[in-house]
Amino acid sequence: MPRASAPVRKCRVDLHIHTALSPCAELEMLPDLIVMKAAAEGLDLIAICDHNSAENTAACIEAARGTPVRVLAGIECESREGVHVLGLFDGAESAGALQGFLWERLPDEANRPEFFGAQMVVSAQGEFVRYNERLLATGADASVEELIAKIRSLGGLALPAHVDKTYAGLLGVLGLVPEGVRLEGVEISGRADARDVRERFPQIAKLPFLRASDAHRLSEIGQAHTRVWLEHRTVGELKLALSGLDGRHLEDN
Amino acid sequence: MKKVTNSDIIRLGQVVADIDLADAGAAAPGDREVSGVYCSDLLSDVMGGARPGEVWVTVQSHLNVVAVAALKELAAVVICGGRSVDVSILKKASEEGVVILLAKQSAFEVCGRLWELGLRHED
Repeated sequence: MPRASAPVRKCRVDLHIHTALSPCAELEMLPDLIVMKAAAEGLDLIAICDHNSAENTAACIEAARGTPVRVLAGIECESREGVHVLGLFDGAESAGALQGFLWERLPDEANRPEFFGAQMVVSAQGEFVRYNERLLATGADASVEELIAKIRSLGGLALPAHVDKTYAGLLGVLGLVPEGVRLEGVEISGRADARDVRERFPQIAKLPFLRASDAHRLSEIGQAHTRVWLEHRTVGELKLALSGLDGRHLEDN
Repeated sequence: MKKVTNSDIIRLGQVVADIDLADAGAAAPGDREVSGVYCSDLLSDVMGGARPGEVWVTVQSHLNVVAVAALKELAAVVICGGRSVDVSILKKASEEGVVILLAKQSAFEVCGRLWELGLRHED
């Protein structure tokens, strides 16, 4: 008997957005403004991914309550080798556990606000709570394999960030996908030519590409996004979509 | 500029002795010829730029270093700055015949000494 097709709907998804906590993000990257801009751009699902910290994820999830936008809690982790990997979770608690793992492995150095910005922790309404005075713009002492394993052990989705870029992209830094690492998909940056990326990196040519904005400014939110067909806007459903299971799927980028 | 001639072929043993490098795993084959030097921490750059027989100077110590060194048929990899390397890397290196050397000095210092030995990466 043919299976009934899942009641999926098309979602516009941008899984890589920074807040004012991230080095070099503009001060207007505040939860309420981010959600408002995402809604204005017609985004259904976004993920907050600051550098090595999840401290503003709960505030962004709260800011999205009652809006058409759903927010996932993420971290843009930096590995020992200087590779950026997104760890995406349904809730701020799991992202917080990943943050604990990273902070135990980050060098004990102070942020220099004149170079990296103030690194502000804020409320859902964008009110100042505190500064994170630790240097976040650096690598944790964990390999990219260890980061991916940790993200998955916490129930998250691990996506190597902006793989088309030489700076901090998995393949730019490490040349090859490390042996034994099985990826579900990769993030490509807004301006990347997907065909060119597939030609340059045949190892990932068959993987799904998720295009995301890596927004550090309000004006960049949604400037790159991916259409994904989901029933619910969760990490579990994103994993199904990346595997093309149960009617969940994503557009060919 | 001084050209390297047959009479001054530089061998790996000389590199190890002159720069005070430690073998991380199996002993480096001292008679292996060294054709030049490449210095980079981006493996994609090394894949594009390094030439067979060169010594690769880096601070990168990921397992993929071994794969790239084998692929490019490099004479040795010098991991600088007093870093230690994981046993999984040494095991893979010995399987692939890749020589891993450890330097206490910075990559700059190591490159300087290799230059003084007469090694180059000529374009």
